[in-house]
Amino acid sequence: MGMLNLNLTAETDQPLLSVQGLTKRYGARIGCADVSFDLFPGEVLGIVGESGSGKSTLLSCLAGHMPPDQGSVIFQTAQGPRDTVTMAEADRRRMARTDWAFVHQNPRDGLRMGVSAGGNVGERLMAIGARHYGDIRDKAIDWLGRVEIAADRIDDRPRAFSGGMQQRLQIARNLVTGPRLVFMDEPTGGLDVSVQARLLDLLRGLVRDMGLSAIIVTHDLAVVRLLADRLMVMKSGHVVEQGLTDQVLDDPQHAYTQLLVSSVLQV
Amino acid sequence: MIEIRDLAKSFTLHNQGAAVLPVMANANLHVRPGECVGLIGASGAGKSTLMRMVWGNYLAASGMIRVGTLDVAQAAPRQIIQLRRKTLGYVSQFLRVVPRVPTIEVVAEPLLNLGVPADQARDRAASLLTRLNIPERLWNLSPTTFSGGEQQRVNIARGFAYPYPALLLDEPTASLDAVNGAVVLDLIAEAKARGAAILGIFHDEAARAQVCDRVVDVRDFTPKVAA
Repeated sequence: MGMLNLNLTAETDQPLLSVQGLTKRYGARIGCADVSFDLFPGEVLGIVGESGSGKSTLLSCLAGHMPPDQGSVIFQTAQGPRDTVTMAEADRRRMARTDWAFVHQNPRDGLRMGVSAGGNVGERLMAIGARHYGDIRDKAIDWLGRVEIAADRIDDRPRAFSGGMQQRLQIARNLVTGPRLVFMDEPTGGLDVSVQARLLDLLRGLVRDMGLSAIIVTHDLAVVRLLADRLMVMKSGHVVEQGLTDQVLDDPQHAYTQLLVSSVLQV
Repeated sequence: MIEIRDLAKSFTLHNQGAAVLPVMANANLHVRPGECVGLIGASGAGKSTLMRMVWGNYLAASGMIRVGTLDVAQAAPRQIIQLRRKTLGYVSQFLRVVPRVPTIEVVAEPLLNLGVPADQARDRAASLLTRLNIPERLWNLSPTTFSGGEQQRVNIARGFAYPYPALLLDEPTASLDAVNGAVVLDLIAEAKARGAAILGIFHDEAARAQVCDRVVDVRDFTPKVAA
């Protein structure tokens, strides 16, 4: 194929995130139990399961929002692999601002509603040391454009935005610092299907262009089919099946996954 | 390039009394570079099942499916993702895309995923869409609203955008008119000429006769029912 100039990135055998035996209990009740997996650079992992299956608990433990009872979450930092569970709180916070990002289901949980759209994006930059007002504003405008928010809305508050726009603003706020790993909790939940499609397209492009790794929790199997390379199915806190996304959806092996897949209404 | 040995497949339906359905046993075939092998056999005989096992979205019960240097039956998800990126292409019967993404982007996506610059990827997509007679005024629309035949041609353009060394084609000429069917057969002939190994399902006998070097009857792989 002489006409195409391929520029392949080197494949790395080093996982970006390596999770071993992660367990969280709420008293006698299991939140999630003995979860282990590796996530490689550029990979998108979907976690599906019904409400109460432990997928949100797992995401909170992975992202450092909640301390697990057991297990390790090893992240490949610029200084080498570090266990984020045992790392000092200050270090974990710094990582959450730089290498990691977290997109909440409800944009209100991830945005500052009283601050302008530009301020929401700029704030993240200032948190990692940006000080030049003009640079910050330029970068904010660039990111609003990437998530398809018109530059003339930069001074509006998120309250004046639709749900889909608020979610795109939350994504811009999270990605402006160039994270390597993004956690997403039902990122398309609560949105109209047409808005969902737009957001999916946006996320796919950003993942590809920035080489992002992502962990996406959702109950929507159509969303994971289009976004995730790999899939983990959770039930009652346990991972009952994991594998290539289309394999898990097209040829599910576990009874629960078969039930889940066959319960989706066809349109 | 593609080699299948002693392949078996069964489905276990946990929610229907844990019924186990053996659907394939002792499947053996190979496809050399530059060769096109057609799968034949009645509907339900297992042609698509075999293709999906090669693609990796159906798990094998036992046996080997070698594509290039990888045994898909044993491979980790990551290895299959890599295989699909650079080695193995698949034109399925159905177009599955994110709604609202323009047709030209849908076709260019396999190249963009490989890091091909956007303008080159779009040029390649445009030339394939032109060859397959998709009018330029449709390129910036999502293919989800297209007719069945148009969607199929978009799917074919996407499958041929990158010159994969191995290709799976599931009914690529079904629901196409004679003119577009001929374009697809030309694309297949060109892929063979550059050395691609192709495994295909063609219901149209004339199409099959034109591009297939050999056929394999999947009924030979039907498990023998114990009396």
